[in-house]
Amino acid sequence: MHVLVLAEHDGDRLRAGTTAALGFSRQLANGDGDQVTCLVLGDSVATVADDAATFGPVLLGSHADLAEPLADRWAEVTAKVVQSESIDILLGASSTFSRDILGRAGGLLGGAMASDVTGFLRDGDRLVWQRPMYAGAVTASVVLHGSPLIVTVRPTAAETPERRSSPASITPISIDSGRLPGSTGHLGLDGRPSHRPDVTEARVVVSGGRGLKTTEDFERLVGGLADRFDGATGSSRALVDAGLTPNDLQVGQTGKVVAPELYIAVGISGAVQHLAGMKNSRVIVAVNSDPHAPIFEVADYGIVGDLYDIVPEMIQHLDAD
Amino acid sequence: MSFLVLVPTKRVPDTDGVIRVTPDGLDVDTSHLSFVINPFDAIAVEEALRLRERREDVEVVVVGIGDEAYEDELRTALAMGADRAIRVDAAEPLDPWNVACVLSELARRLEPRLILMGKQAVDDDSAQTGQFLAAKLGWPQATFASRIDDSENGAEVARETDHGIETLSVTWPAVITADLRLNEPRYASLPGILAARGKPIQEMSLQELGIEIQPRVELVGLQQVASQRTVRQVETVTELLECLRENTELF
Repeated sequence: MHVLVLAEHDGDRLRAGTTAALGFSRQLANGDGDQVTCLVLGDSVATVADDAATFGPVLLGSHADLAEPLADRWAEVTAKVVQSESIDILLGASSTFSRDILGRAGGLLGGAMASDVTGFLRDGDRLVWQRPMYAGAVTASVVLHGSPLIVTVRPTAAETPERRSSPASITPISIDSGRLPGSTGHLGLDGRPSHRPDVTEARVVVSGGRGLKTTEDFERLVGGLADRFDGATGSSRALVDAGLTPNDLQVGQTGKVVAPELYIAVGISGAVQHLAGMKNSRVIVAVNSDPHAPIFEVADYGIVGDLYDIVPEMIQHLDAD
Repeated sequence: MSFLVLVPTKRVPDTDGVIRVTPDGLDVDTSHLSFVINPFDAIAVEEALRLRERREDVEVVVVGIGDEAYEDELRTALAMGADRAIRVDAAEPLDPWNVACVLSELARRLEPRLILMGKQAVDDDSAQTGQFLAAKLGWPQATFASRIDDSENGAEVARETDHGIETLSVTWPAVITADLRLNEPRYASLPGILAARGKPIQEMSLQELGIEIQPRVELVGLQQVASQRTVRQVETVTELLECLRENTELF
């Protein structure tokens, strides 16, 4: 079995979801002769390739026309590599990046695809993939028919594997830029510089919901509490819709899925769609004024009261330690 | 030639419904559930209507794949303002690949300039069909759109990514998938509901479209997920922090 992992990176290093996908791939491809290869695409991304090579062999496609992850171009290059290398499983981390590009690659490669996989079983020669449906209310077991298989994996499904003591090979692939699709253009990314870790990568996530009234309150209370743990901030959909928080903080069925060591839900009632994004966190704390809020049904510890009193008190206690 | 916008939709259980697995573990019990147009697809319908309000030549065609029960939801889309609807008759829900096969054949026949659909369906949460379709057609794609500024030759699309809002340009014809914040769908008005009665729902068979279903995703089991936690209600912040000190390795 040969697994190809499409690298998501920040121009310098692999993102955490990709290293977890590499860990997942090793569980899949653990037999004699099995291989896991990482495909790094971009422009001037030698350092990313170096990072990836500490986990295993790398194919590197570097070209100015791949500077931005435009789905049509990246999917085309990825699908070509899948075919030329006789890849059995094309894999990536569950993220907007993979949904966009691997989804399109899946369309070029016959559509045997499972999204947001959380685990797998071997049933004879078949692989049975587990994935959530209905906002996580049920776990489905699915078998894919076709070849290659295309799979996106929840970053929480596996650990980052150990790095090798000496790096593996980096093999350049040629990019025929004249044949790349050209009807999509990248105009900009309104990235939000933050001193905090990404919500999917932090050990502690503090999320705010409708109980927060202003952006300033969110920053002072949710952000303040997160900073006491060197943690990340997350948001319910309500605050993003209201323009109080940026979309990339949204945790839930249609946002990001997180499973940190500690998740603190501040003023979040706990709609099913939000729970889908955080209920696998190891320890969950809920702060809410409504004792009947559904968030308490998935929490380990609950405290009923006004977040405007409780959170400052928590910050004060943590500072006193 | 009119600017045809094709809006594929899926019929899904209302998100307020409680999802229960059937005793045989192979299906979801739908007997007590009400059905709606997938909320992301409703956003796509709304965006198509707004596009028609901005440009003169737009025709909005809504598509559903399913049995006769689907006509209620298609009628809802017509009542919102869509010009006409097509129901591709299918007894069972199709997986994303087969949906993309049906839609690409429809696109070949209808020659839309834009296919606008939800970024994912809230039943299986796959988020694949739009990308499959764009790949099959060889059209540009802009997924997870939160703003569409259309022009003569294409559009600038703001899309919601994990790392912020990305802006892309695409040329027509294109596939765009709608995210939550693209718009808020209108409710059907009474005149809209009355007008919808007179609008056509064309029925087509898979055979007519030359589609032979080739399943890619076989569901072999469903398992109910229940929270394993029992909440411990604490009275004070001191008590809460003590619990966290004992039960996490963060301090």
